[in-house]
This record gives sequence, C-alpha cells and structure tokens, in this order.
Amino acid sequence: MRAEGNRNGSGVKRLLTSNEAIAEAVKIAKPDVIAAYPITPQSPIVEKLAEMVESGELDASFVRVESEHSAMAVIHGAATAGARVFTATSSHGLAYMFEMCWWIAGSRLPAVMAVATRSIGAPWNIHGDHTDIMSLRDAGWIIGMAESAQEAFDMTLQAFAVSEVVNIPFAVGIDAFTMSHTAEIVEIRNAKLPERRQAYRILPGMEVAVNAVTMGEARMKARYDLAIDLEKSAEVIERTDGEFGSYGGLVEKYRLEDAEYAVVMAGGWCGDAKDAIDMLRDEGVRIGMLRLRFIRPFPEKAVKELPSEVLVVDRANTGIKGILGMETAACGVEVKNVVAGIGGLDVGIDDFYRLFGKFVDGKLEKVEWLI
Amino acid sequence: MDLSPILSEATVASAGETGSWRNYRPLVSSELCSKCGNCIVYCPEGVIFEGVDSVEIDYRFCKGCGVCREVCGQKAIEMVPE
Ligand code: SF4
Ligand code: SF4
Repeated sequence: MRAEGNRNGSGVKRLLTSNEAIAEAVKIAKPDVIAAYPITPQSPIVEKLAEMVESGELDASFVRVESEHSAMAVIHGAATAGARVFTATSSHGLAYMFEMCWWIAGSRLPAVMAVATRSIGAPWNIHGDHTDIMSLRDAGWIIGMAESAQEAFDMTLQAFAVSEVVNIPFAVGIDAFTMSHTAEIVEIRNAKLPERRQAYRILPGMEVAVNAVTMGEARMKARYDLAIDLEKSAEVIERTDGEFGSYGGLVEKYRLEDAEYAVVMAGGWCGDAKDAIDMLRDEGVRIGMLRLRFIRPFPEKAVKELPSEVLVVDRANTGIKGILGMETAACGVEVKNVVAGIGGLDVGIDDFYRLFGKFVDGKLEKVEWLI
Repeated sequence: MDLSPILSEATVASAGETGSWRNYRPLVSSELCSKCGNCIVYCPEGVIFEGVDSVEIDYRFCKGCGVCREVCGQKAIEMVPE
C-alpha cells in the first residue's frame, strides 16, 4: 500500500466527522459492492456513500437490504465472487448480523466493516460504549479501534489492504457520537491500494461445494488455521501501518518510555485520558498509556512489556470484569480494572485525572465500576 | 492456508438425505397446480422443480416444512402424515 500525496506529498485538509472520514476512505478504496441497513449512529457513513454512488463519484453497487443480516449476507456473496466489499453497522445491527459475521470470517473472505460502537439494549440506549464490537472477538475478525477521525480514515484504508492479504474480515471501530458525529480536521490522502486479491473466488459455471457440511476434524482445522492466521496478521498490520499512517502498529505508546504506571485503553476516549496523563506528568508522576489500536489480534507482546503497575479502563464488561482487563490479565499481567463510560456515560478529563490519581496512590480495588 | 475445509467437490447429499427427517409429505395436485412457480421460489430447501403437469418435489431432501403449501395460491399442495 502506498500513500499518494495530492499536492507536495500531503493531502487536502477537511473538517469531517469520523463517519464522513470513513466514507471518504471507502471512496478511495473503490469497493465494488456496498450493502447496508441504516442504524444510529452509523447511518451517515452509508448515506454519504449512497450519495457518492448516486452522483457517480463512486462506481459501486449499493445494495439496499431489509436487515443487517442480509447486508452481511450480500457482502459475503459478493466477496465470494471476488468483489471488494464494505458495510457499516452499530449495536443491534451488529447483533442482528452476528451469525453472518461468523460465516464471512470462517469462509476466509476479505471484507471491511465500520462499527460506530454503541451500547446494546436493554435498557434502550443509543450512546457510545464498546459492548457491540467486543462481541465480535470470538468470531475471527480483525478488530481495530480508532481514536480520531484521521485515524478512522487511515485505518479504513489500512483495513482493505490488510484484509485482502490475510483473508480475514476487518472491523474498524469508532466511538458513537464522540467520534461518529464530531468533526475534526482530517487530511484526505490518496492511497494506492493493491488490486483485490483473495484466497479463492467462486464464479458462475464453477462446480464446487462451498462450506459443505464438515465433520469435527475439518472444522477444528479451519478454526485453528483462522486463529493462527489472525495472530500472524499482526505482521501485515504493522507493515501496512508503516506504509500508510504510522500509528505504531497494534498499539500506540504514549509517554510510556520511562513510565512506572501504565494505563491500557482503546477507542476515542483515549484522547481525554492522554490529557489527564499530561496533567499528572506535569506534577512529576511517571505515567503513560498503552493505547490498544487492535483488540484482535490482541497486542500481547506490548502488554507483556508494560511496567508492573497497570490499570485497564474498559467500556464493556463481561460479568463483573472489564473485557480488556480480562484480556490483559490473560497475558500474565497483574492489573487493576475499571469499567466506565457504559451507555455514553460521560468520562471527562477531570474524571480521568481523579481516576489515575487514585490508581497511582494505590487506592483502587482490583475491579471497580465508575458510577 | 488450507482451503480444504471450505471448498470441496460438489456432491449430492454430503450431509445425508435430509428428507428422512420429514413428518409430513407435501403432495401436489396436478389438476390444481397452475405451474406459477411460487413454491419453487419459496421452498427453503430449493427442492421443488418444474415438472410436466405440475411441480415436482425431490423427497430425498424435502423436510416437510409446509412453506410450499402456505404460499400456493391454488391450494394445490396438501400435507399428509408420513
Ligand atoms: S415441504 Fe418445505 S421443504 Fe418440502 S417441498 Fe415444501 S417447502 Fe420445500
Ligand atoms: S405454488 Fe401451487 S400452483 Fe404454483 S407451482 Fe407451486 S404448487 Fe403449483
């Protein structure tokens, strides 16, 4: 993958929400087929793409489906025939397409999906947290989490490049509203994506059975291959990130070099948390952040290199624990874990400052909920 | 990457003849059937085919769900216990 500067090596700067930034990136990737069903707060992504298709700016088939299950089924079918494909969803939409998410991953088809991460009911809530995208963890997808509109743009282009090399679908997460509907300055850089490639294509006239019934051995083998290839995709992610974006690969290390205390987080709220880290740094506290750009493959290596005092702040839970807290602990790291910001509950710079102060003072319980 | 679990030779009944699960058998009346093709489209198993006087059902795979009877405007399909 190669960046192509529009002028003097740099791109045009525009004020865009993360939703709009993703639509601009998809336009550059030139997908053949887009299928989607609207759901808040993702809808502006596919509305923008529909406008582009309508105006002729983007030469793609836009398939208007009656549900997210069909959206994923359509891009699954199109990808099987060799099309570059895109969809976007959120929350209940992701829940509704969940079955097909497993099919496309198990079929080893490249695809890109944006997820404006939002709470899943009940109780009814349209605001941000990471509950929806975390449910994809076991399905066999690459799961990236952007922090800014610029990163949403860059990661979407990286997603097409990575997915088509490793034959694994790629979800790009952006936080509902605080990113999806919040405008930032984004540099639109053209990217030269390689031609669509994939492990196999099924075309009319071919006589072959796809995903016929298997017995345990074949299924186990397929699942194992996918798990191994998902782990190995880290190399492709790092290489692609180096070519276009340079965020640090699977993780971004923020003020971690000499840190005694490390905070592990993912997503849009990391920006506010970094401001709180800066405030504590000004007071002489050696604290930094490991921002997980990826949930799958999980950045185990970077997590293992953390200093001994680790706090993981989660926006999604499993039982009483945070999901990232559990994942980090599973790498053999001793963690304090805080669950916060569920259902869009605001966590601002001051909240992070107080929370991190409590962590540094050794006053946090093993698991706490910020309510 | 080993694609053998995903792609295989196209064979009939690789998962067995699933029609053996059926409790009710759809019977098509060639007198009533207008060959409109509705049931062909709606059969979830894709086992109804156009025949000479009416449609024909491949009973090796028909699961007896009765969707064909529901969608038949001519009431040409009757479900009878196996
Ligand atoms: S009973 Fe169901 S499976 Fe059998 S032919 Fe009718 S629609 Fe198809
Ligand atoms: S729907 Fe009824 S009338 Fe139409 S083809 Fe089927 S059996 Fe015949």
